[in-house]
Order: sequence, then structure tokens, then C-alpha cells
Amino acid sequence: MDNKKDVKGFLEFVYEFYKSMKAHEITLVYEGEITHQITKAFTSLTESNMEKDDEAGTVQRKVFHVMVECLQNISKHADDFTSNDYLFSGRGIFLVSKNEDEYSVTTGNAVENDRIEELTEMLEKINKMDKEELKQLYKKQMKEGRLSEKGGAGLGFIDIKRKTGKELEYHFLPISDDTSFFLLTSTISRTEI
Amino acid sequence: METIKIQGTEDTPRIILDADKELLEISGRSLPEDVAAFYEPVLNWLNEYSENPNQKTVFNFKLTYFNTASSKLLLDILMKLEELHEKGNDVLIRWHYPEDDEDMEEAGEEYADIVDVPFEQVAYSN
Repeated sequence: MDNKKDVKGFLEFVYEFYKSMKAHEITLVYEGEITHQITKAFTSLTESNMEKDDEAGTVQRKVFHVMVECLQNISKHADDFTSNDYLFSGRGIFLVSKNEDEYSVTTGNAVENDRIEELTEMLEKINKMDKEELKQLYKKQMKEGRLSEKGGAGLGFIDIKRKTGKELEYHFLPISDDTSFFLLTSTISRTEI
Repeated sequence: METIKIQGTEDTPRIILDADKELLEISGRSLPEDVAAFYEPVLNWLNEYSENPNQKTVFNFKLTYFNTASSKLLLDILMKLEELHEKGNDVLIRWHYPEDDEDMEEAGEEYADIVDVPFEQVAYSN
């Protein structure tokens, strides 16, 4: 009896979850480890959906760029942590939503608190830069930056801002005394192309 | 000299490095899981080629997409070609981009700014 009730409660939750996804116009949501295979699967899925919707080529390319960089940000920074906690093993949440005007790509992953300052500084700096400044920074970073062991080149955020022309919105929410959840949203206009 | 032929996949480009046929080309999409490992044979090949290059070296880039990690490795390749040019060899980079892809065109312009080597932009229709 109790079990039956639990199942019903769970199924009701699933329906609420479904309605909530519809209300927020979420077309893709994933929680778990972000691997190269996952990156390939999500990008090709989104690509074929955009093709079906006759999305403009420019928009398709921009969405693809942003998705790859966002997913790789999570997978490549998995080892930046001193902790072995499962939270840090390249896991995260990944969402794509779409309305009449724009696509949004959102990621969320756990970070150690001592990285917040560095991330905030970097994102603020990139958000303030205009097109030309971003171009110069990208070139400088490409020349002088080194590939990390995981193959990150420190270029992802710069590239996202350049491709979308929009500020990167971000937020840190506390998980514990040492860790926070880092959320990042990038939007790609479907009309201004 | 050994020829390199790598078939393209959905996340790695097609690569042909054939000194005898004077065919040097990277095309397609580039977002390999491990960029450094993927491009290592290309860089090694260029090192060997530079010891005994053809009279004229034309390197074609015909990419439709590359991620930021690949952009760094593409610069490494271009810098090898710049070295070859600096040593007095005849080198030309041809950067092919889809005519409606401004970002890819701009990426070519940026590379042309960074490296000091003859650089030609070529638009093509899809």
C-alpha cells in the first residue's frame, strides 16, 4: 500500500517536472557525468532538431559552438579539484531551452569556494569587453596560453561572448562551507543575425 | 616521405599530408577528445617535412567548425609553416570558409594577423 502511494507520488512528481519543463521551454536536460560521448550526442541531437526547425545556419553554428564550450568547461575542469568527492568528477547539469527569440544554454557544476574569486574576475572582465577587446584577448590567450592537461585552453568563455555577443550570466549558490554550485547561462539570439 | 591520411569523423577533421602529390589539407570538423594527441602526428610530420620541403608549400585549411582547444593547435601548425617561410621557403596558406560563415572568415583573418606568412582567404559555396 505504502509502496503504491510512493509510486503514485513519484509519478505525480514526474508530471510536475514535465509541466515545469514545458513552462520553461526546456528542450534538453541532463544531470550526470559530462564526457566527450555526451558532448557529441547532445550536440548532434540539438543540431538535428535545429535542422528540422529550419533554424538559420548562423544560429545553428552559434548554438553548436556554445554547447561544445559549455560542456567541455565541465568535463575539462573535473580534475581541478583536490577533493575526490563525486560532485567534482566532471559532473553537472546541462540544459538547453528555446523560446521565440532565443536559445539558452545553461550549465551547473560544483566548484570549490576558492575558485569563485578567479571565476568571477574572469567573467566580469570578459563581460565588460567589447568586440575588439575580446578579439585581442582571444589572440593573446591563443598565443601565450598553454593547454592544460585535459586540453583546456582558457578560451571558452571568451569564445562564447564573442559568438553570442551577449553577457554571460552566472551565479554561485552555496552547497557547503567549502563548495558552491556554479551556474552559467549563455543566450543565442534567433533573430539578430 | 611518409604520407598521412586520416579519415574525417563527426568530431575530427580529415587530414591529408602528401608531400609527393603536394597535397596538404585539413578539412571538416575539429573537436577531438584529446586535441594535443590528435594533432601530434601532424606537427611531427611538418617537422620532418621542413627538413626537406617541396619548392612550394600550399597548406589548405577547409574547416567547417573547430572548438577553442583546436584553435590553439591550429595556431601551432601555422607557426610551423611560418618557420618554414622564415627559412626562405615559398609557403602559402589557403584558408577556405563557407561564404555565409562570417565567424570562420574572421578566424582566418585573425590567424593571418598572428602569423607572418602569405595567407589567402577563399570563400566557397556550400
